[in-house]
Amino acid sequence: MNENTQAAIELRSVGKTFRVSGGILGKDRRVVAVDGVSFAVPPGGVLGVVGESGCGKSTLARLILGLLTPDSGDIAVEGQRIVDMDRKARARLIQPVFQDPFSSLNPLSRIRDIVAMPLQAQGSFSRAEIAKRVDEMLSRVGLPGEMGNRLPAELSGGQRQRVAIARALVLRPRIVVCDEPTSALDVSVQAQILNLLAELRRDLGLTYLFISHNLAVVEHVASEVAVMYLGRIVEKKPTQALFHQPEHPYTKALLASVLTPEPGLGVPDVGLGDVMPDPANIPPGCRFHPRCPIAEPRCSTETPPLRPRPGGGVECLLVP
Amino acid sequence: MSTLLDVERLEVGFAGTSAVRGASLTVERGETHCLVGESGCGKSVTALAIMNLLARGGRRTAQRLAFQGEDLLKLDDRGMARLRGNAMAMIFQEPMTSLNPAYTIGSQMTEVMRRHKKVSQRVATDRAADLLGRVGITAPGLRLGQFPHQLSGGLRQRVMIAMALMCEPQLLIADEPTTALDVTVQAQILRLLAQLQRDLGLGLLLITHDLGIVARIAHRVSVMYAGEVVESAATAQLFADPKHPYTQGLLRCVPVPGKQRQDEPLGSIPGTVPRIGPGFEGCGFRDRCSFAEASCAHTVPHQTAAPGHDYLCRLAP
Repeated sequence: MNENTQAAIELRSVGKTFRVSGGILGKDRRVVAVDGVSFAVPPGGVLGVVGESGCGKSTLARLILGLLTPDSGDIAVEGQRIVDMDRKARARLIQPVFQDPFSSLNPLSRIRDIVAMPLQAQGSFSRAEIAKRVDEMLSRVGLPGEMGNRLPAELSGGQRQRVAIARALVLRPRIVVCDEPTSALDVSVQAQILNLLAELRRDLGLTYLFISHNLAVVEHVASEVAVMYLGRIVEKKPTQALFHQPEHPYTKALLASVLTPEPGLGVPDVGLGDVMPDPANIPPGCRFHPRCPIAEPRCSTETPPLRPRPGGGVECLLVP
Repeated sequence: MSTLLDVERLEVGFAGTSAVRGASLTVERGETHCLVGESGCGKSVTALAIMNLLARGGRRTAQRLAFQGEDLLKLDDRGMARLRGNAMAMIFQEPMTSLNPAYTIGSQMTEVMRRHKKVSQRVATDRAADLLGRVGITAPGLRLGQFPHQLSGGLRQRVMIAMALMCEPQLLIADEPTTALDVTVQAQILRLLAQLQRDLGLGLLLITHDLGIVARIAHRVSVMYAGEVVESAATAQLFADPKHPYTQGLLRCVPVPGKQRQDEPLGSIPGTVPRIGPGFEGCGFRDRCSFAEASCAHTVPHQTAAPGHDYLCRLAP
């Protein structure tokens, strides 16, 4: 599968800042969503991105999809700069699956038309070809063909997410960005969708960027994991290494807060205190220091360097 | 042990559908009882029916619905309003929508106590500040003067918890209190609930879809499916020896870090929760169950696997 060694997705010092109006009297605030992020995902890999709300994971997804333009740095997808590509070429290469299958499907379109839309937008497929591809895709994601004539409202959450996956894959893209694809679903349905995504990746040789706040899900699907905190990747490693030898105190806290179904263990004290991260007000030094259980005085002034590790690195002053 | 809440054969119907079908459960004083199941299985409707807060058109009947020995079915709206927010309080899922954006935290917190306990504003404000401190909010005096939009999601949920505790309730019903929150904040809120529950001897009925939460804080678990309690047991017992095929299926679906092989598919339950109309007979799970046979379309036996461990299935213990 690895005939070329070019990365499927490559980011070099990507930054994105939003300006938020402070109202009539207030000053505008600068919200730093993504700050100096670099990584590469090999073809066929699955990079899991985890972090709390507001850490910049969804902005990262939008940047990679070309829906936002970075303020600084470069994003290349299969070697091509994403900002230089036209929309149609981009759509053939990279596609999204979003969190909420209730709002991401047009409620007035039949399922068949929703899945056909990316093909129609290309303008180069015949009617017969579109019909054929849509049928293939619906059956590929496990939806009976007759469901193509229904409206989204007639489908369950899991079926809708299958439609969203069919729509993402109908152009046979190489890369899929999944932004919390199972967060709105029940556990039994979540398992069905995760199994489907894994199977499609194997069969079609896809590369995934998989964003989730659920670490157990990420461990199950990802080959590498990046932990984001206030716009930066503070630790990135192959999945097994991250879960078994976490080094960054934030990664450790995230892992400690996963409630596995093991009775008798109680709810752990993750030790993060009450200070909530605010992307409009990034602390100096290590941006995690106000919540860090092991912070030292120098953490509030010195910027932590990236300490390289196999398959990634850690940004913490206190790890050797 | 004394029973705080006693629900026997609760039925709730909306036009053309049966949302709850003969659910029974009890909450003891000082006990955390988790009601678990997928969306649409009737958990929230059960809670709302207990509080008599069903949406218009909802009808509830029960063989018994008693709170501290008092028959809730006989209470009129006024009698119920006297209990609600007072001896029995509820926390809802969305801290964003269940606080009124137009009033300060302080005025919302004190209103409930002034109404039920007829105390002065000053006494109520002192209690509110005290409770905000107890739920781990720093600078409670400042927070009382703030509006909901000035607080983060985790803080708002703490305010909701503090507000529910204003009148020293005996029973707290919490409907997915941490679902909208980050995992780190979720752990903090659950620790807080468990601690308050121990300190105050509350009966806690916690509704969740998350088996991780159930395992970590429940004393007793009832699994709901299609409006029925299909299995009920002490927590350790349920996780060690689940009897109902639905419970077994749910437990297999949950990815557990370090226990799952990546190339192995997760267990899953095919299909989705059915909509059940009046007159439905037999097991609600039979269309998704791999053990189903013809007899499952008729009355399902209620069986006991061990003392306190009951389930609703034809399969032998």
